[in-house]
Amino acid sequence: MSANDKIVVDRVAKSFATDQGTLRVLDEISLSVGDGETVAIVGPSGCGKSTLMSIIAGFEPPDTGSVRVDGREQRTPSARGILISQNGSVFPWLTVQQNLMFGLNGLALEEKKRLADHYAEMVGLKGFETRYPHELSGGMIKRAELARALVVKPEILYMDEPFSALDALLHLRMRNELLRILAQERHTVVLITHDVEEAIHLANRVIVLSTRPTTIKATFDVPFAHPRKLLSAPLQALRTAILRELGVDTESA
Amino acid sequence: MRSVKKALPPLAVIAVIIGIWWVAVVASGSVVFPTPWQVIAGALELIRDGTLFEHIGASLFRVGVGFGIAVLVAVPLGLWMGWVNGAYVTLNPLFQMLRPISPIAWIPIAILWFGVGDVSPIFLIFISSVFPMVVQTINGVHTIEKRYLRAAANFGVSRATLFRQVVIPAAIPQMIVGMRIGLGVAWLVVVAAEMIALHSGLGYLILDSRNAGNRYDLVVAGMIIIGLIGLLLDGMMRLLEGLNVVRWRYVR
Repeated sequence: MSANDKIVVDRVAKSFATDQGTLRVLDEISLSVGDGETVAIVGPSGCGKSTLMSIIAGFEPPDTGSVRVDGREQRTPSARGILISQNGSVFPWLTVQQNLMFGLNGLALEEKKRLADHYAEMVGLKGFETRYPHELSGGMIKRAELARALVVKPEILYMDEPFSALDALLHLRMRNELLRILAQERHTVVLITHDVEEAIHLANRVIVLSTRPTTIKATFDVPFAHPRKLLSAPLQALRTAILRELGVDTESA
Repeated sequence: MRSVKKALPPLAVIAVIIGIWWVAVVASGSVVFPTPWQVIAGALELIRDGTLFEHIGASLFRVGVGFGIAVLVAVPLGLWMGWVNGAYVTLNPLFQMLRPISPIAWIPIAILWFGVGDVSPIFLIFISSVFPMVVQTINGVHTIEKRYLRAAANFGVSRATLFRQVVIPAAIPQMIVGMRIGLGVAWLVVVAAEMIALHSGLGYLILDSRNAGNRYDLVVAGMIIIGLIGLLLDGMMRLLEGLNVVRWRYVR
């Protein structure tokens, strides 16, 4: 753990009570994310990735252990770190502009509108500010959600399978968009995904989780500059290595 | 053009029923039960001497006041009970017990408390429409998806913003459902309430027409007018579903 760490997850454990007894979901997970770093956490489905994200983002307390952001314990969510999840939470009863202005507190209306429109343009939603989400496509709703998070200038983006609900082509396009935006504005990103390709496309570091009770199985650095060639030999080798940790042997297949 | 096509089958059914009614009255040679034409003539008579609009106005006034007060009470109460679990746990059993009591059962108490003026029917309308609206508003708050509440918590907005921009708009579609049910019940109840010792309103018109000389043409005319106005009121409530702030609930 270095002084440059933005987020420190310290021996976080979590269990749930079920009809069959106590289910241990997270087993003393410790990790850290550096300032401005993008860390991807991959794991098999049902391994408690989303529970881990809920705890890191402050929505749920851990049973034991703690999460510290800038050295201070994080017990509740805050606008310094915005969560973007798979199902999305763009308010369907507000227009794109109203959604983007939602989290802007204590500013004059004109300033809120200016900021909202600026970020709408950044994610390619110029001209759609007065539309309601049900009038937009799935990809556009995702962009609106991203813009709503960015407009409050969060230090951290918590992304829980952010693009999983999109089709493959849109998925790839949104990843490139995200990289373009992250190059403009410096954020610390925690990305939860089951998609190894997405992880090595976006992250500086990939953390592989085990099945329940979840522990950290392996950590991989991704020391390649953007734009990354996903089909290049070193990235493919990394992909194979990560998949092997997840129990998928691509070479014998 | 398409709406005309859609209206054709129901209009055809109504035309057939009127036809059967007419034939049945003529064939049976009934002297009391009116033919459709006698009903229309009776209605025209009421329009000409102006009493029909007085009765309609009186009924609508009572429904408007009673229903209006019910909305003003039910919406804040429903939001409060939906949001604050203690309020829900404390008050919901009482409401569930009061709700199945027919508004008609309240008539003797209404007369005891408020006499036979306008206040009694207004009270009965209030009683009948407030419960469905409270229940639907609570339901609207309880069914707000967690992801939206999480997002609101994430952005750390004030309580006022949380209510104005998340809780209330999320619950509005259910509130409108409650208002449609409430207004429908209110319109049912006003007619029944007006049959008790009042001197105006469509309910009074029906009972008075029967009592004062077996004017069944006016009885049936009154019934049809009640049906048409009820249809109109429901249509007005349905227009609310087209508002942009609630459209999201109905498009998929």
